[in-house]
Amino acid sequence: MLIQFTNRGIYCKQANVYIDPWKPVDYAIITHAHSDHARWGSKQYLAHKDSEFILRYRLGEISLETLPYDQTVQINGVTISLHPAGHIIGSAQVRLEYKGEIWVVSGDYKVKPDGYTIPFEPVKCQHFITESTFGLPVYNFPDVDDLNIQLNEWVAENAAHGLNSVLIGYALGKAQRILSALKTDQPILLHSTIYNTNEALGFDNSRYIKFTQDFKKEQINPGIVLATGSVIGNPWLRRFDPYKLAFCSGWMQLRGARRRRNADKGFIMSDHADWHSLNEAVLATGAENVYVTHGYKTVYAKWLREKYQLNATEVETLFEGESIESESSETKEEIREEDQQS
Amino acid sequence: MKAFAQLYSELDQTTKTNEKVNAMAMYFTKTHAQDAIWAVALLTGRRPKRPIRTSDLKTWATELAGIPYWLFEDSYDVVGDLAETISLLIPLQKSEEDKSFHEVMREILAIQPQSEEEKKQWLLSYWSRFLRDELFVFNKLITGSFRVGVSQQLVYKAIAKAFDLDDKVIAHKLMGNWLPQSTNLNELLSDESSSYDDSKPYPFYLAYQLDVPFTDLGNIADWQLERKYDGIRGQIIVRNKQVHTWSRGEELMTDKFIEFEELKNILPHGTVVDGEVLPFKEGKIQSFNEMQKRIGRKNVSKKTLADVPLCMMCYDLLEYSGEDIRQRPLHERRALLEDVITKANTHLLKLSPVLITDSWDKVDALRTESKQLGCEGLMLKHRDSIYETGRRRGKWWKWKVDPYTVDAVLIYAQSGHGRRANLFTDYTFAIWDKEELVPFTKAYSGLTDKELIEVDSWIKKNTIEKFGPVRSVRAELVFEIAFEGINASPRHKSGIALRFPRIVRWRKDKKKEEINTKEDLLQLLNSV
Repeated sequence: MLIQFTNRGIYCKQANVYIDPWKPVDYAIITHAHSDHARWGSKQYLAHKDSEFILRYRLGEISLETLPYDQTVQINGVTISLHPAGHIIGSAQVRLEYKGEIWVVSGDYKVKPDGYTIPFEPVKCQHFITESTFGLPVYNFPDVDDLNIQLNEWVAENAAHGLNSVLIGYALGKAQRILSALKTDQPILLHSTIYNTNEALGFDNSRYIKFTQDFKKEQINPGIVLATGSVIGNPWLRRFDPYKLAFCSGWMQLRGARRRRNADKGFIMSDHADWHSLNEAVLATGAENVYVTHGYKTVYAKWLREKYQLNATEVETLFEGESIESESSETKEEIREEDQQS
Repeated sequence: MKAFAQLYSELDQTTKTNEKVNAMAMYFTKTHAQDAIWAVALLTGRRPKRPIRTSDLKTWATELAGIPYWLFEDSYDVVGDLAETISLLIPLQKSEEDKSFHEVMREILAIQPQSEEEKKQWLLSYWSRFLRDELFVFNKLITGSFRVGVSQQLVYKAIAKAFDLDDKVIAHKLMGNWLPQSTNLNELLSDESSSYDDSKPYPFYLAYQLDVPFTDLGNIADWQLERKYDGIRGQIIVRNKQVHTWSRGEELMTDKFIEFEELKNILPHGTVVDGEVLPFKEGKIQSFNEMQKRIGRKNVSKKTLADVPLCMMCYDLLEYSGEDIRQRPLHERRALLEDVITKANTHLLKLSPVLITDSWDKVDALRTESKQLGCEGLMLKHRDSIYETGRRRGKWWKWKVDPYTVDAVLIYAQSGHGRRANLFTDYTFAIWDKEELVPFTKAYSGLTDKELIEVDSWIKKNTIEKFGPVRSVRAELVFEIAFEGINASPRHKSGIALRFPRIVRWRKDKKKEEINTKEDLLQLLNSV
């Protein structure tokens, strides 16, 4: 077998590379820059070129090579290439081929285009490693266009009532999606983590106001505030009173998840594949062997075996997917940074 | 139905009272009176019975969703709410057609006696008609689990706002015997309808727990002190030689409390007494547990009547000689109550004694002795207070005794429902029985959301075994459990049952070796 699951991560012995290792290794291929996939301490990194700045911003001084999508590199006879995963900017599926054996490590992925990220492309293989964050049939995400309309209606209605709209989403990926979806003249204030992430990504910040300690209510009044989950339950939010609060997350599909947060609104906006998309993606690879990682892995692997007679097994990893509680995949440093601000 | 589903989601999406009232008022203003009365019924907890068996619902939803049954069950475990699970699993339609809400409700009532096949066809036609929000509300209705986070008082307030009426008047008009299928909101609110119903109770006046210092209450001589009895708060109504007994939950209990039937020959026409229904035998109040067992029975047998006879401990008089006297001060009502009870001269009606003391300093001692007397604490009522509607601060206070507490260790967890779906929040606790941990109670409220999340993630990491939705976990986390009473219970492995158990706090400072033992609880059981 070309790939093994080890206690350091997903390992290709022939090439001596790890994919998204959770311990420091010699050579790490990174599917995307969220902190549960891109960890600090490895000697050499390989990632998609659009991940470069954000990886350097998050991991500091690292030795990093980058690749565009679809271009191959050879490592000790193994052909390696990256392909769009549609999850966040720079997210990639890693394809590895050796003597006709083809594996695809998909990391986190989303099949439906979000209008911002380069969309997912299925890659034929015999062995497919898939996430299962939303691997239950109750997760069927709404159409992106409908969702964006709802989002814009919501912020407009709040403004009409003189209320600020506070939107919560994680800084890398979700925030840029939300900003791209917003079609409004209202002032938009960004939590500094998001502002800084934008800057690292080269996402145009000129239209936005960065939150600083000098912030005055009148600067938005009413307007939109975009922040990460870390501000919830924090006095930081009070300065935007009166406001309505919305979470942007796939978990908002469930009423309990929304109510538990006392959110006024939940937008079912996820960067992961929903149930139908997972099935579609798995079948499109043509793979007979499927390895199911983080999420509802037991249930989803059983479903693939029963429904499609695939050789599906669950695999234990340290990936977290879309965390239901913090809604963020921020690094510890960033959370600390926020704590100091508030 | 769309308008009601819309109202439901508006109520569901806000925690602010004002917004809830506005949403309801808007609905009542715009909607047809026949639909509005159904909304009032449902929002104030008058739910229709579940018309279809849960197992049938699950089977048919599974078929429609095209998934295996185990996957339905696994999904249900995660979602934590049957109505929601079904509405997420069945394929969505894009339908523009609407159906009037009272028509839907009429069909829900009508389908109940039909055959299984007819029920299935009916249900499938509905399931393929609705959009997701409506589907969810509809499923809530047919699973008999429709609940909304609004109080009765809030609903009355909204109606008052919509029709520019007084909410206390509305509270009274909407009490009592009416069926949403045979009336409408205009009819109930019109003046004629409120007077002739002999069974109509008054809204109960409820008190908050005392949270102000005695110095704020003024002179103790202005206050009437009574015990707070541990029974079922009720109203006995005698009009035109008929007796009706209502519980505080607005349930007509006449058939359960049949001994009060006799009062039609004892109390004069137009008498309404507010009090506590208690089991009373051989000069002593019996345990609440006994009465609960009695209420649970379908029919009240002669033996039950003899074993657990009931009486009413009378607190207040609301109607005297056919006149609503709620606006008169308490001291006047009390004088009339004493008069009525004395003249009635029956073991069925007892006068709640007024406790006499000359100083606030002595009140705490009165409260503390309540427990020995089987009472929950004290009631403090201002002598000039009118009889209000609903729960209000200021003129009436309850001052309950402190609950019992026990330290116990968490051993099983199950995910919650509603707001807590998807989180492990229903806990089972154990205490030591010699060398062994025995489960003895469940409890699930009292932790902050932050703690819930912390415990939830601990549970996920410390699961020993899964039994369906239940997980057994490493015995490690200690919690302090408060409860109001304790009873012997042969049905439980521990031999005891707690009344109203809830988590007070997470004792991170304690280890499982330091928790209470079964011996401790048995001692408590024998002392009360």
